[in-house]
Amino acid sequence: MGTIWTVSRVTAGGSTRAGLELATLARTIAEAGGQDAAAIIVGPDAADAGASLTAFVPRVLAAESVAGRPWAATATQVVLDVVDLGRDVLLVTAEPEGLALAGFLVGVTEAPLLVNATSVRWDADGLSIGMSAYGGRLETQSRFAGGRGRGGIVVVRPGAITATSAGVPGTVEMVVPGADALDALAGDVTLVEHVPAAPEAVMAIEEARIVVGGGRGVGGPEGFHLLRELADALGGAVGATRAAVDAGWIDYGQQIGQTGKTVRPDLYLACGISGAIQHKVGVQTAGTIVAIDRDADAPIREFADLLVVGDLFDVVPALTDAVRARRAASG
Amino acid sequence: MHIVVLVKPVPVVGTEHLDGAYRTLRDTLELNGNDEYMLERALRLTEADGDEVSLLAMAPATGVDALRKGLAIGAARAHHVVDDALEGSDIRSTVSVLGAAIGRVGADLVFAGAASSDGAGAVVGAALAARLRLPYLADAADIELVDAAGAAAVRVRRPMGSGHEVVQVDLPALVMGTQLLGEPRYPSLRGIMAARTREIITWSVADLGIDPATVGGGAATTQVTSAVVPPERGAASVVNLPPDQAAEAVVDFLAGRGLI
Ligand SMILES: Cc1cc2nc3c(=O)[nH]c(=O)nc-3n(C[C@H](O)[C@H](O)[C@H](O)COP(=O)(O)OP(=O)(O)OC[C@H]3O[C@@H](n4cnc5c(N)ncnc54)[C@H](O)[C@@H]3O)c2cc1C
Ligand SMILES: Nc1ncnc2c1ncn2[C@@H]1O[C@H](COP(=O)(O)O)[C@@H](O)[C@H]1O
Repeated sequence: MGTIWTVSRVTAGGSTRAGLELATLARTIAEAGGQDAAAIIVGPDAADAGASLTAFVPRVLAAESVAGRPWAATATQVVLDVVDLGRDVLLVTAEPEGLALAGFLVGVTEAPLLVNATSVRWDADGLSIGMSAYGGRLETQSRFAGGRGRGGIVVVRPGAITATSAGVPGTVEMVVPGADALDALAGDVTLVEHVPAAPEAVMAIEEARIVVGGGRGVGGPEGFHLLRELADALGGAVGATRAAVDAGWIDYGQQIGQTGKTVRPDLYLACGISGAIQHKVGVQTAGTIVAIDRDADAPIREFADLLVVGDLFDVVPALTDAVRARRAASG
Repeated sequence: MHIVVLVKPVPVVGTEHLDGAYRTLRDTLELNGNDEYMLERALRLTEADGDEVSLLAMAPATGVDALRKGLAIGAARAHHVVDDALEGSDIRSTVSVLGAAIGRVGADLVFAGAASSDGAGAVVGAALAARLRLPYLADAADIELVDAAGAAAVRVRRPMGSGHEVVQVDLPALVMGTQLLGEPRYPSLRGIMAARTREIITWSVADLGIDPATVGGGAATTQVTSAVVPPERGAASVVNLPPDQAAEAVVDFLAGRGLI
């Protein structure tokens, strides 16, 4: 009998949110397939942090991160020590550390790998992985060749599942990563400079249910201030096009599209965004798309549900007021 | 200094489609946009005499135009692994083939893009680094070459939220970077002329010492079992009203969909 594993990273003393989601997914698949589910967590104070996963999976293995060694190198070593990739399934998240881990494992083991999963389930023929390709223009189902009982790695997109606890709490065991076979992987990397991120929490666009996107039409940082007010009124996050990021009006981490992030919010509100294909591929699976543009023929009208023709400097503040008023009225 | 830039010829973004066997059609290919940022930086880092930038791609014959473009932008030569046996390759095959080819080319530095627009796995760089046992520096927003006590080293700045870190490692190494490296240049007329005489070296799988039976669709460890094209989104309803009324119309629309 195989095991469905997941690997997560310690953040703020617990597992990342993606780690909790993947633990839930591992448990769900294992239940459907009559297999075991287990989670690996790697980071500082891993045993304590691992406790945050016990609500979601029966078994948690915790490994301490090694100073001066990249997270993905340590995690790779732990997986090589405890997971049988010929038979077991390993779920990792499509955030940078997870991608590095998946890549390292493929480079070292030649294990099968499926990326960009939006759904993972167990059916009569074994594991079936749903993927969304080309910005949602194509939806595919895939398997590991050889069918039932074949293991491999699946990189799962954030937000593919909601974390739900198991009812029965699991246990945490400490594991010590084995021989440093992977020293070369970690390399002799020296840290030259480290400027920590400011703690002001910018809501992650991949996790937000409502995203207000800004483009070149927003004109500058002041324009983005108006968008942030609208996003606050709606309880959403602010995203952007590459044009706005390149202009330095907003961080690259907020960019949506081909070279930025792919988001799938319930509502995407595009302000001063023409709708270029490289942007479209990052948002086209949003539930509802509303655009505000002064050009009635902007290409975004081809895939938005609603296009408001007007100057965003007039429409956005009016919309913020209207949203606040409606929210206040409906209590 | 010899930098090898991994460039993937990809289907033109927005026009991708599959054939009956669920394989992406690759009749018209362009240079993967993310790889152009790496090529640009490689060219800027190799302006001294004797320095060189070369391209490496695993792609069907139709990938040659994308490679020509890379040469026109300024690479000195291209290495093209092209073989019918590679059709339908999984990530594992791609990594073993590119790994063997990098060994053949020999490089002080290997550059990989953040993701390909068609594979979009964003894993090939890390996988190659692990396979070749090269240190892997990801998400570079800036790349410099430095002298570390007589040894050539690469220094990378990577953003971390509103902060960042700068890390350094001796060569050889594999670096993956992002759009933050800066706008790539366009091919100049002179570059386009020069590209005509630049060499594109082609290799088959066997040339790289790999058994063709171990790569491609026949040896794939993953398989697509079905594919559907979800319905296109229809065109928008248009609201053309003064701001206050437009705002009310939007709020009504959102409320109607339970979004507010
Ligand atoms: C390899 C590659 C990768 C790329 N990756 C990405 C990516 O990840 N994400 C991305 O977004 N782009 C990406 N792009 C860029 C993309 O091609 C477009 O250039 C970009 O999306 C355009 O951004 P925009 O819509 O903000 O600007 P524009 O196309 O200039 O559109 C601005 C819009 O604002 C409207 N406008 C102007 N002023 C106002 C106003 N006052 N009120 C209302 N409307 C106004 C205009 O009518 C126009 O429709 C990529 C390009 C390449 C080549
Ligand atoms: N077939 C290929 N030929 C050359 N480079 C590739 C190939 N596939 C992937 N790469 C490189 O690896 C990066 C990441 O690709 P991917 O993992 O497919 O998203 C790309 O940006 C390229 O630099």
